[in-house]
Amino acid sequence: MSTRLATGGRLLDRSRRCEFSFNGKRMQGHAGDTLASALLANGQMLVGRSFKYHRPRGIVASGAEEPNALVGLGEGARFEPNQRATTTELFDGLTCVSQNHWPSLETDIGAVNTHLARFLPAGFYYKMFIHPRPFWKHVYEPFIRQSAGLGRASNPGDPDRYEHFHFFCDVAVIGGGVAGLQAALTAAEAGAKVLLMEQTAHWGGRAPVDGGDIDGQPAADWIAATLAKLQDMPHVTLRKRCMGAGVYDHGYLLGYERVADHTPGTNAPRHRLWRIRAGQIVTATGAIERPLSFAGNDIPGVMLAGAVRDYAVDYGVSIGDRTVVVTNNDDAYRTAITLKKLGLEIPVILDARQSGGGALADEARSMGIRVENGKGIAKVKGGKRVTGVAICAQAGEGAVLEEIACDAVAMSGGWSPVVHLWSHCGGKLLWDEASAHFRPDPAHPPRGAKGEAFVIPAGAANGAGDLASVVADAHGAGQAAAKAMGHTAKGKAPTASTSPEAAMEPVWLMPQGAGMKLRMKAWLDYQNDVKVSDVQLAAREGYESVEHAKRYTTLGMATDQGKLSNINGLAILSDAVGQPIPQTGITTFRPPYTPISLSAIAGGARGPVFQPVRKTPMHSWHEAHGAHFEPVGQWRRPYCFPKGEESHREAVSREITQTRARLGLLDASTLGKIIVKGPDAGKFLDMLYTNMMSTLKPGRCRYGLMCNENGFLMDDGVVARIDEDTFLCHTTTGGAEAIHGHMEDWLQCEWWDWKVYTANVTEQYAQVAVVGPKARDTLAKLTNADIGNDALPFMGWADLTLAGMSVRAYRISFSGELSYELAVPASQGRALWDALLEAGAEYGVTPYGTEGLHVMRAEKGFIMIGDETDGTVIPQDLNMQWAISKKKDDYLGKRAQERAHMADPNRWKLVGLETLDGEVLPDGAYATAPGHNANGQRKTQGRVTSTYHSPTLGRGIAMGLVLHGPDRMGEVLDFPKLDGGIVKARIVDPVFYDKDGEKQNV
Amino acid sequence: MSEAVTPLNGARYEGLATIADAGLTGMITLRGDLASAEVKAAVKQAVGLGVPEQRQALMGQGTAAFWMSPDELLLICAYDGVAETIATLEEALKGQHFLAVNVSDARTYLHISGAGARETLAKLCPVDLAPHAFTPGMFRRTRMAQIPAAFWLDDRGVFHLICFRPVADYAFGALRDAALPGGEVGVYR
Repeated sequence: MSTRLATGGRLLDRSRRCEFSFNGKRMQGHAGDTLASALLANGQMLVGRSFKYHRPRGIVASGAEEPNALVGLGEGARFEPNQRATTTELFDGLTCVSQNHWPSLETDIGAVNTHLARFLPAGFYYKMFIHPRPFWKHVYEPFIRQSAGLGRASNPGDPDRYEHFHFFCDVAVIGGGVAGLQAALTAAEAGAKVLLMEQTAHWGGRAPVDGGDIDGQPAADWIAATLAKLQDMPHVTLRKRCMGAGVYDHGYLLGYERVADHTPGTNAPRHRLWRIRAGQIVTATGAIERPLSFAGNDIPGVMLAGAVRDYAVDYGVSIGDRTVVVTNNDDAYRTAITLKKLGLEIPVILDARQSGGGALADEARSMGIRVENGKGIAKVKGGKRVTGVAICAQAGEGAVLEEIACDAVAMSGGWSPVVHLWSHCGGKLLWDEASAHFRPDPAHPPRGAKGEAFVIPAGAANGAGDLASVVADAHGAGQAAAKAMGHTAKGKAPTASTSPEAAMEPVWLMPQGAGMKLRMKAWLDYQNDVKVSDVQLAAREGYESVEHAKRYTTLGMATDQGKLSNINGLAILSDAVGQPIPQTGITTFRPPYTPISLSAIAGGARGPVFQPVRKTPMHSWHEAHGAHFEPVGQWRRPYCFPKGEESHREAVSREITQTRARLGLLDASTLGKIIVKGPDAGKFLDMLYTNMMSTLKPGRCRYGLMCNENGFLMDDGVVARIDEDTFLCHTTTGGAEAIHGHMEDWLQCEWWDWKVYTANVTEQYAQVAVVGPKARDTLAKLTNADIGNDALPFMGWADLTLAGMSVRAYRISFSGELSYELAVPASQGRALWDALLEAGAEYGVTPYGTEGLHVMRAEKGFIMIGDETDGTVIPQDLNMQWAISKKKDDYLGKRAQERAHMADPNRWKLVGLETLDGEVLPDGAYATAPGHNANGQRKTQGRVTSTYHSPTLGRGIAMGLVLHGPDRMGEVLDFPKLDGGIVKARIVDPVFYDKDGEKQNV
Repeated sequence: MSEAVTPLNGARYEGLATIADAGLTGMITLRGDLASAEVKAAVKQAVGLGVPEQRQALMGQGTAAFWMSPDELLLICAYDGVAETIATLEEALKGQHFLAVNVSDARTYLHISGAGARETLAKLCPVDLAPHAFTPGMFRRTRMAQIPAAFWLDDRGVFHLICFRPVADYAFGALRDAALPGGEVGVYR
């Protein structure tokens, strides 16, 4: 049993108890505990079941590298899966459940898989479930999904809030251990603006546990003193609970601050995503201890030696009464010594090195601990808990020499520098033979825009070993960072303890000659259940590249991204394919360092501010009057204004009928409005539009088409000439920003010597279309100006004073009715709208929405960008040759439209479509032609581009593009429906209503 | 003029920072050759200020001039004085190639003040808002969460922010959320 010791636990506040529950069982911990240390203190070693074989799994590590102790944390809307117990701070009232077990953690039916393990090798799923093909979707996958997988998805309605924060500094130091503190201090003393981030709730990293002196002080005192110095510097920002998540180009760095995970229910945001621009980034990210690969190394009670030490020193927790230490290096002796000093038993230290350890080994022996050199573990005994180990010679094949009863095993396979953040943005790695680890290659750092290095590794993350070299290396890193930012670093590195250690010896398999039976129980990746035998099998089956072997075996692909398994795995792979480790290489490190919450990435973007919604000045009127909105870009426009129990279709019909009969109002504020001014404005618009715009007279309007340089129609709208030098270009609602950008692109990049300025004034104006036979009568009530047909003719505009406001009235029509579009400054938009409603009341004025607008334009055969066009349609397809100037030498798209394919007479052309029985054609339906194509599909000869029920005509009307359409008037086409029926429609003129324009030209 | 209203209609929120509708204000986009003597003279005549340098805000009595791009300024004047100011510019720049256009109604204008103003903005805008980095008289066109925005800082420590009018509710909501109590970051000292 793991338990709480009577004394010790430097991070604990024993005076404060925290109640929490695990799988419904009530437990107690102390303030300062992690969930992992609290579980261990309550004797809860078993924390989950493995992914594939459902083997019992216990806590292995004490930090971010933990693969097993993932729990479902919280309840209800705050439930969150896959939370690491080792990095979860305990708080009063915490509830959590273990994962991946059924029906219970203690008795798991899936554990039968472990007995089938020899039938579930790497690639098993690929091999087994590929035939018969339909079985995957309907039989295999549902079954596998049920038995595999980790936590359950969280629930909707997260009550917490999240935010981003942008921060800028000269030097960002990631990691608040001794190295990070020293690097930050050196850089700050040189004058650099420094941000120091530490992912845990404590400063100092491992040093207080591992011991040693810096500047003649015990490490813990030096940490406190250094921290005090940093806190006094106004240009230093210190951040605990803030992980360096990812390093990106140009010194962009993501920090993941868990502001309130440990204090739920307060008014603080739960997570804060720091979006940092740093001149230099120092990665003082420490090192992670590697497990040893021996049979049974996943049985609960087998733990990393450093973690065993952490739990004892930091949290006053012992993992067991009798701990066997197994190692290939000197560091693990510290665990034995620490435990022994606490009065716990160390039955034996198994040192895989034939020559044994150095000074620490001598110290252990002097304390009376039995040390066996050249020995290892043949297998661990036990099921849900370690009961003993079988000892063997490391050099042999696993013949058992002796069995020793114990309830914990502390293992150490050496330490791997945390090179993740160094590598994110392209930093390369070196294989260090002496320490058997990859460390940053100083010749190949991540580089910025000028080729300069912008990441500097420091301390253990740079492969430094003892405290003295860590501090010296970190001081150098701080100096280099400050210097790169233009500061002069002074001073020398503090002196610190050296600890002469005997060389470590790589041990990738224990014993080195372990047979198949042992290798099948020697785990590499705990979370994804990958064993030594799986990687060897992958190599035999040809997956020799480390990236292939990773994907085939899933080694390192779990939520821990192989923090413990990567090096061990690729060493096994290297051995299997018979090449040195550096030649095998390593898989790519990608951000984030450990998983960060999606909510933190979303930040504040939720609820009402999930996305910006653009609202016209009349928006609140629309809302108050029951508008049914539709999104048009980021605008919300009324689709229609249903009254009472009216359906949308009934509302649209009423709006159209009333507008055509008397008077309708449309909020047209969203239309794009771009001012184009300058001596070359006419010439510029002649290039942009297919029509001739330079001949337009001031006071007049002209409808124009705009094509891109590939000839395709991209926008349309009415251009008004304001004065000799100035035009106002109306664009589609969705096109305003893009067309403005298009204009600036041509002006800035191609015709930079043309004298033209543009300004997008879309938001400056509210615009109301006053539409219908009573439009003029309505305006006449509000203005004294002459708005008769002679004074303000069709396609003219005039400035008026109307309802006491300065109004620009454009006599343009998209409905075929007598129509004025009135523009006022947006701040007066609502006032104009209200005035028009009042003046139009006697005519039964009816606001109409976008659907009414669409139907009325379709009745008139007007095209709509995005309906009749889809990026592949040219004006000629729409029979709009009338809008293409023959006089101009050039316009954007002209040459493209002359290409053979564009001039092909077989291009589908616009026609009207009238169903024989009056029903409405399905949108997007294709007209079939006789025969089948090479894929066995029906041949087609046209398609519907717009289709509506016309209340004016009382039947379905449509427009479509049809092969040789204009030459086939009167022919009937078949349009199959999705449900199998066929709609027959006759090809007709696309102008269904008032072909001569008598209604608009009054 | 009748019944001109801002989209936020005087809205105000007091949290870590105070977010307040700054009311109707005259705003003019001026495009032209900013290095020319004519433009300098015209700006002087119109708003009594010089031509600001890159990212600079020049502030006068009820007027201001901001650098928007290498060939664009934003001029501030009284809401009622826009037509007159544009007329002054047009007169002064007669014969020059330029564009002066009223954009007063295209904008939402907010004041962000109080102890948490810098942090509130730094949660939404990728701008270094440390006191030594963003000082009075600076102007920045940037992004505020998901919308374009620009802001400047006056001598009293009040931030002035403009964004487009149709996204007034979004802008106010995003700023209010960023200023909610409990969200202190505590980095500017």
